[in-house]
Amino acid sequence: MFKKILIANRGEIACRVIKTAKAMGIRTVAVYSDADRDALHVEMADEAVHIGPPPAAESYLIADKIIAACKETGAEAVHPGYGFLSERESFCAALKKAGIIFIGPNPKAIAAMGDKIESKKAAAKAKVSTVPGHLGEISDAKHAVKIAGEIGYPVMIKASAGGGGKGMRVAHSAAECEEGFELARSEAKSSFGDDRIFIEKFIVNPRHIEIQVMGDKHGNIIYLGERECSIQRRNQKVIEEAPSPLLDEKTRKAMGEQAVALARAVDYDSAGTVEFVAGQDRSFFFLEMNTRLQVEHPVTELVTGIDLVEQMIRVAAGEKLAIKQSDVKLNGWAVESRIYAEDPYRNFLPSIGRLVRYRPPAEGTKDGVTVRNDTGVFDGGEISMFYDPMIAKLVTHAPTREQAIDAQAEALDAFLIDGIQHNIPFLAALMQHPRWRSGELSTGFIAEEYPDGFLAREPEGEEARVLAAVAASMDHLHNVRRRKITQQMEGPGVAFAKRRVTHIGSNSLHIEVVGQDPEAFEIRFLNDDGSMIGKPVAVTSTWWPGQSVWQGTFDGKSVSVLVRPLLNGVSLSYRGIQAPVYVYTEREAELAALMPEKVVADMSKFLLCPMPGLVKDIHVSLGQSVQAGDSLAVVEAMKMENTLRAERDGVVKSLNAKPGDSLAVDEVILEFE
Amino acid sequence: MKSVVEELERRRADARLGGGVKRIDAQHKRGKLTARERIDLLMDENSFEEFDMYVEHRCTEFGMETTKIPGDGVVTGWGTINGRVVYVFAKDFTVFGGSLSKSHAEKMTKIQDMALKNRAPIIGLFDAGGARIQEGVDALGGYGEVFTRNVLASGVIPQISVIMGPCAGGDVYSPAMTDFIFMVRDTSYMFVTGPDVVKTVTNETVTAEELGGAKVHTSKSSIADNAYENDLEALLQMRRLMDFLPSNNLDGVPELPTADPADRIEASLNTLIPTNPNTPYDIKELIVKTVDEGDFFEIQENFAGNIVTGFARLEGRTVGIVANQPMVLAGVLDSDASRKGARFVRFCDCFEIPLVTFVDVPGFLPGTAQEYGGLIKHGAKLLFAYTEATVPKITVITRKAYGGAYDVMSSKHIRGDVNYAWPTAEIAVMGAKGAAEILYRSELGDPAKIQKRIDEYQARFANPFVAAERGYIDEVIVPANTRKRICRALNMLRNKTLENPWKKHDNIPL
Repeated sequence: MFKKILIANRGEIACRVIKTAKAMGIRTVAVYSDADRDALHVEMADEAVHIGPPPAAESYLIADKIIAACKETGAEAVHPGYGFLSERESFCAALKKAGIIFIGPNPKAIAAMGDKIESKKAAAKAKVSTVPGHLGEISDAKHAVKIAGEIGYPVMIKASAGGGGKGMRVAHSAAECEEGFELARSEAKSSFGDDRIFIEKFIVNPRHIEIQVMGDKHGNIIYLGERECSIQRRNQKVIEEAPSPLLDEKTRKAMGEQAVALARAVDYDSAGTVEFVAGQDRSFFFLEMNTRLQVEHPVTELVTGIDLVEQMIRVAAGEKLAIKQSDVKLNGWAVESRIYAEDPYRNFLPSIGRLVRYRPPAEGTKDGVTVRNDTGVFDGGEISMFYDPMIAKLVTHAPTREQAIDAQAEALDAFLIDGIQHNIPFLAALMQHPRWRSGELSTGFIAEEYPDGFLAREPEGEEARVLAAVAASMDHLHNVRRRKITQQMEGPGVAFAKRRVTHIGSNSLHIEVVGQDPEAFEIRFLNDDGSMIGKPVAVTSTWWPGQSVWQGTFDGKSVSVLVRPLLNGVSLSYRGIQAPVYVYTEREAELAALMPEKVVADMSKFLLCPMPGLVKDIHVSLGQSVQAGDSLAVVEAMKMENTLRAERDGVVKSLNAKPGDSLAVDEVILEFE
Repeated sequence: MKSVVEELERRRADARLGGGVKRIDAQHKRGKLTARERIDLLMDENSFEEFDMYVEHRCTEFGMETTKIPGDGVVTGWGTINGRVVYVFAKDFTVFGGSLSKSHAEKMTKIQDMALKNRAPIIGLFDAGGARIQEGVDALGGYGEVFTRNVLASGVIPQISVIMGPCAGGDVYSPAMTDFIFMVRDTSYMFVTGPDVVKTVTNETVTAEELGGAKVHTSKSSIADNAYENDLEALLQMRRLMDFLPSNNLDGVPELPTADPADRIEASLNTLIPTNPNTPYDIKELIVKTVDEGDFFEIQENFAGNIVTGFARLEGRTVGIVANQPMVLAGVLDSDASRKGARFVRFCDCFEIPLVTFVDVPGFLPGTAQEYGGLIKHGAKLLFAYTEATVPKITVITRKAYGGAYDVMSSKHIRGDVNYAWPTAEIAVMGAKGAAEILYRSELGDPAKIQKRIDEYQARFANPFVAAERGYIDEVIVPANTRKRICRALNMLRNKTLENPWKKHDNIPL
């Protein structure tokens, strides 16, 4: 076995590999760019080598620097993680030349699978099911109809040179095929200057299902079940699970065996993934093979109990696979959410900066439920503009799919990230989505279910009751405690009414909190006349003021809610809802009703100077259209340059300041139409 | 007996109706609550005891003898806020527009006298038209009596003013002499002379809001310490504020039990200071992560943001926080920041509230605007206030402590009790670049040479150890342990005894 390995990666995957290496007693070497000087993977590794400036092209992507780092530290092997150099045949070859072992497949396998056409050919040769279609040239519409008839409708008519949906047509009949062919051809010609067209089977409501394979250098190859990754946003996977709710044992076996056959055809000798597109009827067709560890590998690890990184290291060291196909048992269900630094309310715009708060839920196994969080960041760390904006992968495992989803939902509710925007509200809302819970998935899920993007919503029904109860119990604790302040007047002390009116979004709920025990209350929901609605609800929690996660139970069910302070209230986050909640006495509520509603002045059309300072630069001109996130101007204050960015898309209507101007706070720099 | 009680109830009900249902409705329509509704929100439930409910004016001019309303435009009395005694007067706009008459002033001074005698805070809720013109000089006399009591009570009991409607002319000077002024956005304004007079005298056209609205006074004039969205928000915040404040200058700070551990480690603070010394960071993150439960009551949030002031608690006991804010003007000290800081420091010293100071200051702001504006004397106010303060003073230097500003920010030399520095601290006369350029002026033409000099200076002085070697810093601490260290230091200083030489009063450079 290796004594020391180098991890040619950063972020969560570098940390993930280091964890397993440590457990195996292998010393680890991290590499880092200037931007990652204080990164977690550097902290965790036994040694770290600096490999250049922040851009990946000048650091993590330079094979020579990695090889030099190996030589400097005496690392015998390199784990590439995913992305960066992980699927570069040339890197693999260069390592070999330097006498360093690549913890991954052999270069020939990488090369064979790296080329889309080559890999399809290899797949066809290995009798792997591929999407039925005609790769040869099609002479005219008649020919097209003939081919389509052979494939079976619906079919997809595509420009050979195409991309981005241009020159693509779906045809459900011969007539549509004829018309579509002509249209696609003329579009292809005008868009790409190449009118070659091909036709393939169109899969309605496709699902993305992939098979994990594992091979060694002795010709053993097994498959470790499947993962379904149909929940995607613009081809980026968002939620993955294992197993797939679609597959039956027969299909699983068929897919697994085909994946193994393909891997065998290229002498595959590490961890790899064979991706399929599947129809709702469980038909499946080969897409491509990824010759590396996948981002979503933890779901497979949790259902198989096999550490894939450990297996990769062992086979790279020449060991025989100790696991036989018959040993592989899928146990329970695992769900993974990818937590990204992107703002779900603003079209998932990337967000960078300091993680003012980063508190993931507690990891570990309890009552058959496992929570695992793979991350490369820490409380007070930073999301840098140079790399992938993934913050963490939150994985839960439980005996059933429903339990795994519930566990995931609660873990997301308890996940605190402040300082940057992130997609947890979206993920948490997704976990409650009935269609997701029913398992009726397709790669179009997000586009179909969230056609207008992700919109904030108000708490209603049970969710409102939970949040009202949480807020009322917190308020009760505050009240009990305030009555213990020193310097009080002698006498019987202050009594306070137990009835409260909880304003939550635009709802108000009348509540009575009963109980002296600070960790267990009884909550009564009341009608306007004071009569009780239903039965009292038991609420327990060990929360104390100042904690940002309220964890406890509501009516016996476990609940996690994020708490952020507001003036006289709290902002609560739960299941993808973020709501301001105010708990008033009945008298306060009565007078609150008299308070005027204020119309907030719409300043969104203006870019205001956030601080007194000097305009250094204006990056836009009159009439220019800008996109959210574009830099608009630079304001210097006390030698510090602050870049001001567009909050949303718009067209510049007027420029009210120019470089060299000194501005006060809130002075208008420019105006949008 | 029964009939007497009935008569009492009738008179009470009559008085509580103030200016009558129509005027109450009008008050509500303006988005304002009545004086008694406001007191309901301010005080513990059922704790308010009203005095002088039946007082009426005694004016006989201009037909006033025919219009008398019990209470005479101000509701006064006492009650409790979380069990602690507080005196209150609330102008009743529904009665003669809340205008001040002789008897109205007498009601106020009675309550002011009681507050001072009994050493409990007093809160005034303002919403009034000024002097009652019909009473003439009697009203002016009344004002004077009120002012005198404001001054005598200053520094003995906390005095708080909340402006919840118009406050003009003679009415403004009583709030001006109290410790804090708060306003309600869109419904309150304060000025000595109103828009009409301004127009006549200076020919300026200006609205009441532009002349003296909450925005002007919280961000431009610094007259007000904070503004709130409406009456409810303002009054509930006053309850929160009172939990921080001592009842008087002798009792010390109140203590609120907390479960927040004194030895809580905040690992994220170790990465608060950016690698690039010119990159700002938010000092409020340090404040919020250091104090009990993240609970920070900021004073003058919208004015001179380069210095942050406010109340918080450590181990349940109130402290005053003063911090340079690198996010605004790099945390530089200018005239506004100095005045703001000085006034806050003096309030804390008056009422035995320990001071915790976080320092990241590049110096005083240069320029003609500052020098002409009297930076020397304004800066001296902060220096004076810190120096004379005898309360426990803890200082933590997080990054820059340059030049004279280093001395001013509660340094050891002006009687700082415990002065810590983070390892990222740079205590020096100025930044390395500036220093090297002065010291090696002859080498300015050679960029390589001067860069070498800058690096040399940086290496020698851009750290806390030069100061620590001289004892100007008591200890260099790990940022993550800041809360733990400050809590321990404050406990150690619990019995601090320090008195300034006897004097009638000092002569701070006003």
